[in-house]
Amino acid sequence: MTRTDPLDVPRPDAQLHFGVFFQGVNHWTIWSAPDSGSQIDPASFRRVARTAERGLFDAFFLGEGLRLREVDGRIHDLDVAGRPDAITQLAALAAVTRHIGLVSTSNSTFNEPADLARRLSGLDLLSEGRAGWNVVTTDNAWTGANFRRGGYLDHADRYRRAEEFLTVARALWDGWQDGAIAGSTGAPAWSAPSAVHRVRHQGAQFDVDLAPTLPRSVQGHPVIFQAGDSGEGRDFAARNADVIFSAHGTDFDDALAFAEDIRRRLRAVGRPDDDVRILPGTEIIIGATEAEALEKKRWIRLQQVTPTTALGIAGALWGFDLSDRDADGPLPKEDPVVSENDGSFGSRRIADPRSVVSEWRAKAEAQGWSLREAVIHLGPQRGHVGTPSGLADRFTRFVRNGAVDGFNVTPYLIPDGLDDIVDLLVPELQERGVYRTEYTGTTLREHLGLREPLTRRPASEQRQAG
Amino acid sequence: MSGSALHLAVELDGDGAHPAAWRRAAHSPDQLLTPRRLAGTATVAENAGFTLVTLDDGPLPPGASPNPVGRIGAVERAAFVAASTTTIGIAPVVAVTYAEPFHVSSQLASLDHISEGRAGWVVAEEDRPEAARTWGRPEVSGPAARARESRDGVRVARALWDSWEDDAVIRSVATSRYLDRERLHYIDFTGESYAVKGPAIVPRPPQGQLVVLGRPDSVPAAQLDVALVTGRDLATVAGAAASAGTPLVLAEVEVALDTPDATGAERVADLERYASWTDHGRLRLTGSAEQLVLLLAELSTVVDGVRLHPLVIDEDLPVLSQRVLPALSDRHLVTRRLPGTSLRTTLGLERPANRFAAAAVQEEAR
Repeated sequence: MTRTDPLDVPRPDAQLHFGVFFQGVNHWTIWSAPDSGSQIDPASFRRVARTAERGLFDAFFLGEGLRLREVDGRIHDLDVAGRPDAITQLAALAAVTRHIGLVSTSNSTFNEPADLARRLSGLDLLSEGRAGWNVVTTDNAWTGANFRRGGYLDHADRYRRAEEFLTVARALWDGWQDGAIAGSTGAPAWSAPSAVHRVRHQGAQFDVDLAPTLPRSVQGHPVIFQAGDSGEGRDFAARNADVIFSAHGTDFDDALAFAEDIRRRLRAVGRPDDDVRILPGTEIIIGATEAEALEKKRWIRLQQVTPTTALGIAGALWGFDLSDRDADGPLPKEDPVVSENDGSFGSRRIADPRSVVSEWRAKAEAQGWSLREAVIHLGPQRGHVGTPSGLADRFTRFVRNGAVDGFNVTPYLIPDGLDDIVDLLVPELQERGVYRTEYTGTTLREHLGLREPLTRRPASEQRQAG
Repeated sequence: MSGSALHLAVELDGDGAHPAAWRRAAHSPDQLLTPRRLAGTATVAENAGFTLVTLDDGPLPPGASPNPVGRIGAVERAAFVAASTTTIGIAPVVAVTYAEPFHVSSQLASLDHISEGRAGWVVAEEDRPEAARTWGRPEVSGPAARARESRDGVRVARALWDSWEDDAVIRSVATSRYLDRERLHYIDFTGESYAVKGPAIVPRPPQGQLVVLGRPDSVPAAQLDVALVTGRDLATVAGAAASAGTPLVLAEVEVALDTPDATGAERVADLERYASWTDHGRLRLTGSAEQLVLLLAELSTVVDGVRLHPLVIDEDLPVLSQRVLPALSDRHLVTRRLPGTSLRTTLGLERPANRFAAAAVQEEAR
């Protein structure tokens, strides 16, 4: 790869931002390696967060799931599972970190705005302005079976609920005027009269009448993250998000196309097109040489995609049980069975399995791949592989051309999976002037270079309603 | 009868038990909601030798103007305190009148993991009608309906804590399985007003089950590890303790102690100019450290411990720390916490067997 002329790019001063995503549930986190640690011990979370902070990362993310995954009605037993409640864990990390942002993935379908907004405010105050909220939604009754409300929201309604949820949450976060609390114990009242505003909201989803219990933190509001990739999800993000956690960060052209689409959508809703940070999720595999990095990648993929996992992934694609097949043998001869509901939950559905399977067959035949190798090579391609210097050049090109604002790194190993990124890659990025050399702010909003929260901007800057 | 050692808990919400406590706090009001303040008071309580700190909560502002209206959620505070301390037990107050028991169970199990087995739960009830609007739910009105929600909420949380057996994570490289699904269990709870499927998303807490504290008139004794009993005099407390039917009983005691600057009575009188100290029907001691030590010695013959509610944390906690706990220690009236032990162990409670694992063993024996 040729090194980009630092001046002949659209964004010569752009800086790369890193987050770390402690996933908790997935098959990409290798649990079988001897140096794989506990997924629940508080020491694992501390270790990852502190390493990220040493590497001047912007944020530490936790995922969420509200029901254990199932395949054909039985609990999926191959992957890492079992994790803490995100906000609770992050409140603990607030006590043992100083700079890094703390982002909770929290569901807007199975929470209520007054409760969740208050929990996030608490995290924001305890971390002194480092909280973020990755807004996710659910549309299946299967998850609802764990909740009083039970139930089900269809795909469109879950975004309507999420949007109304955010409206209520923001009103609650704005409920206290700045400086509402008395400055001394001799003051006439603990909070200035009329400085705390009741929030009255009546909408299709929520009916709230409440005096909020907390002031804003120094960053105004928790930073809003969003990950939906559908047209609806992108529009939702353009209207509401500060950061998009995308799946478009491996191929440069794909990343750039996604970023340009988001910028168009931002302009369409009247926001500046640099108002949102785009941080694709990615895996980073580092070797001393390109060959070593590729060798390491091969080892990692074989750990991630065991024969059993390969048969499970292929079974989901073919639509029937393949667990008695040979993963190191050829692809199944049968055509995929397309069913509306196969009893598997918690994993992504494949839109058109027939065309995917025929594509897999063609490529596997051409390359001589076994079923397991096909799963490894043809599953979602994620991540960047290379030497520290080569990766730094590549990331510089991505960020300076506006394809990404940074990456949300998913370490393949917990808790030590960030060490080589922090020790080897970060210095290379710093040398290129594309990565901070110290924290210059104290809040997550400052780390990300974001403007004021959407509801706190002068009216002239705010988007028009609708 | 000479008393046995007492378990000492202290309630550390806001600036103290009195609604106007903030006026005598050692910090400016806008420092109340800061992490430094929270970690500071918890550390003083830990160093003083308390067994447990509790943190009150509710979704509505805790006081009417002109008194404090700001409060960070108790679970978030408890998690922060857990990471800022090493030995003290931590029990947030959480009501399940409206909250989702699945979330509550996950949050509390996580607190136990974070604190490495130092977590408890004070089960509360939300009886203010406005709270229903906070949750967007129909009002749960009347003691019977609230008791039903408390009972079911605690049952669900406890069942979810058992829904992972202790060794459900097997990491079996040979079979490529991370979990043993036979050691994970659907709880299939069906109550009067809702159902919960399970299993939990959080592995079983280090203590197996958190220490559950509550009022015996709102949570069935069988669901409680510790009853919190009230009474304005020793005889009432003794009666309530005798009929609690729980492994342990703590008496609620409100204290306004003499400090080097003012007597307890003077401090109460000062605050009463602004608001009256809410009467919860609890024992209340206004007086010297020595008087409190005598009261606690008497209480040690009828209960297993006390939960102290200081009038003003910044004034009473130093007296408790410097005068009361050392005197109790001299008289062998306090239990000593050992580093690395769980709250259950400190309280002398057994780690419960997992109900599902136990059922499987029984099944096998048939």
